[in-house]
Amino acid sequence: MAEAEATAARLRLYSYWRSTCSHRARIALSLKGVDYEYKAVNLLKGEQSDPEFVKLNPMKFVPALVDGDSVIGDSYAIALASMEILCLLSQKYPEPPLLPHDLQKKALNHQIASIVASGIQPLHNLTVLRFIDQRVGAGESVLWTQQQIERGFTAIENLIQLKGCAGKYATGDEVQLADVFLAPQIYAAIERTKIDMSNYPTLARLHSEYMAHPAFVAALPGRQPDAPFSS
Amino acid sequence: MAEAEATAGRLSLYSYWRSSCSHRARIALNLKGVDYEYKVVNLLKGEQSDPEFVKLNPMKFVPALVDGDFVIGDSYAIVLYLEDKYPEPPLLPHDLQNKALNHQIASIVASGIQPLHNLTVLRFIDQKVGAGEGVLWTQQQIERGFTAIENLIQLKGCAGKYATGDEVLLADVFLAPQIYVAIERTKIDMSNYPTLARLHSEYMAHPAFVAALPGRQPDAPSSS
Repeated sequence: MAEAEATAARLRLYSYWRSTCSHRARIALSLKGVDYEYKAVNLLKGEQSDPEFVKLNPMKFVPALVDGDSVIGDSYAIALASMEILCLLSQKYPEPPLLPHDLQKKALNHQIASIVASGIQPLHNLTVLRFIDQRVGAGESVLWTQQQIERGFTAIENLIQLKGCAGKYATGDEVQLADVFLAPQIYAAIERTKIDMSNYPTLARLHSEYMAHPAFVAALPGRQPDAPFSS
Repeated sequence: MAEAEATAGRLSLYSYWRSSCSHRARIALNLKGVDYEYKVVNLLKGEQSDPEFVKLNPMKFVPALVDGDFVIGDSYAIVLYLEDKYPEPPLLPHDLQNKALNHQIASIVASGIQPLHNLTVLRFIDQKVGAGEGVLWTQQQIERGFTAIENLIQLKGCAGKYATGDEVLLADVFLAPQIYVAIERTKIDMSNYPTLARLHSEYMAHPAFVAALPGRQPDAPSSS
């Protein structure tokens, strides 16, 4: 479609392969079937400080989505900031819907997304990890990360079981907002910590579902253009 | 409103006077003109671990909102739920880009600043790094986040009387408690953030925001 081609030419996602927040945005774009140009920003090499990127995103964080003339989330600060990309995508590309119409289910999706985005991920971002390794002791951040994830996963597992909301996916049989936020967090937990997922049976099962869903698979860190070959 | 009165029982908000996340929910309820019952959860006494509360909110955070049989935790989810249920006055604009911007500012606060100085983190730092180190850390995280927001607002040229225009919107609901905490608890120099400083004055003059202040809550100490 002419419009899709024009859209594809206009949408650019600035992303780092390993960034959980970038991962969320990639899942959403993938679910919506929206084509985009992938622009790698190597956080470990400090590419977020490159003048061209800084002009785009003064706060030097990924993800950032460029849509034509407008930069969405150009000053993303610390960790998150994918919420507004998802909001924009939901409005512009309504199918498939990531939020249910039912107010209570919608609220539950926001709650799960928020537990991940505010309650877990920020507590193990680069700033915090560097601080802990420097001021507490080298390697202390690994234990801290696992503890924060365990707290959050306990909460989410309990919440999902309490609400009896899970179906094939977190809040039913369709992929919704909660899944977009859960998938990268569970993936990071399994990849980077020694977390025992048998303590979180629902989350463990959801992980298998995500790893079998094409849109989620396409968004995996190891599948991105900037992922090292030997990942 | 007849609809609000007809709801069997009022909404209940589980809140701690000093919690900036509870503060956000209180502002939103006040802006929407929704009456609610205030239920105290004393975080310092560990009341968030009471079995009854854990059943309500497994994350053991405040705020939590109870609407009949329905319980919702997390301030972001609560505010958006209130936005859906009580559309007037709207906290989100129709314009996609302004809406996204409001979410961005809310997110910078909710994910980028506040979690980094919550009780868990501060206790860890004071125990493992050194007593009192948490205060400096808090100020640094707030300064980082305020720099981002001040730059963002100036870059977008979006501010009016309030953060993203002349009406109070989602960004203001999240900004007000964070700015208040910064001023009350740190030695932050607000002259570095002129827009945020001005917004603070606006919030302190708005009745819905004033009624939501920590010191105005039932569980605030008398001598605050």
